[in-house]
Amino acid sequence: MSEHTHTIVGPRVYVVILFALLAGTALTVWASFVDLGFWNPIIALAIASTKAVLVLLYFMQVRYSTNLTKLAIISGIFLFLTLVSMTLTDYMSRAWGSW
Amino acid sequence: MPNSQAIAPPIAEPTEGAHGVHPPYLRHHFNSVEQQADAANFAMWLFLVTEVMFFGGLFTSYLIYRNWYFPAFVAGSHQLNVVWGTLNTLVLILSSFTMAMGVWCAETRRKNGLVLCLSLTFLLGLGFLGIKSIEYAEKIEKHHVPGLHYSLSSFLDPDSDAAASAAGDKPLALDMARHTEIYFSLYFAMTGMHALHMIVGIGVLGFMILRARAGAYTAGHVTFVENFGLYWHFVDIVWIYLFALLYLISRH
Repeated sequence: MSEHTHTIVGPRVYVVILFALLAGTALTVWASFVDLGFWNPIIALAIASTKAVLVLLYFMQVRYSTNLTKLAIISGIFLFLTLVSMTLTDYMSRAWGSW
Repeated sequence: MPNSQAIAPPIAEPTEGAHGVHPPYLRHHFNSVEQQADAANFAMWLFLVTEVMFFGGLFTSYLIYRNWYFPAFVAGSHQLNVVWGTLNTLVLILSSFTMAMGVWCAETRRKNGLVLCLSLTFLLGLGFLGIKSIEYAEKIEKHHVPGLHYSLSSFLDPDSDAAASAAGDKPLALDMARHTEIYFSLYFAMTGMHALHMIVGIGVLGFMILRARAGAYTAGHVTFVENFGLYWHFVDIVWIYLFALLYLISRH
């Protein structure tokens, strides 16, 4: 299995990711002061998720890890999103419109 | 070969004890160093998935309460200082970078580089907690810590409060103003639990710096540094979401 060769990620990749994360932080702070109504939280969470994915793939080297590890992470995220959406479905439909 | 699993891998004849034929850090129940490293990596990720579930519960309750008591959560959020929050985000991202560089130093056997990176990560972690304590002190001064001494004045009379009037807050009705206490309960629970993870991480970093100075992680066995790196980056990711949810989304 070729995935068993341990990849070493070098400083160049880390510097690029660092600047991408700093740029993302600047962007999300700027965007939070612009009134986009309904879209503000969505944009903030989208930028946060982009930053999180960059950290996951490169700092945490998920891109270069085994399929077993990738599967464990994807299952974890999937389970988390399932639990959140099921909980919200319950809460939001229970007292419909009377918040 | 249909029955290939039944065939044991050939075992090298030990010459000068078993440690003559494999690195001393290879545990005997693993076939190879790669297998051992993959198993440790997988186990660390299983732990991090349980951490996702743990923080996920807090995030979900935040989401529900923010939907329920939206005006209270907006007014509560306006009490947070975006400058401190942004600075802390930068500090934590920088510490994740130095940690990633530390892992690289360990993998390429650079002892001095590793000690430097771990020390910088340690200091940046302390810097984060320092800024957090300034923010907590502000909350204590303004009686925004949930409990007996909680004060509603910033929310009933926003003009009396610099942060609230700067954000253009309107006075809240008494029952809604009381719900700001839920916002601050979640604020302290989430940032406090995050800070606790930072404190644990800083403690482990101190231990690792001592071990790294003795050359422990630059002789080929880097699992501990790699797995700690995963933990540190995970704590960084939690903060990225906390920053967005607590500080930013109610700002405009």
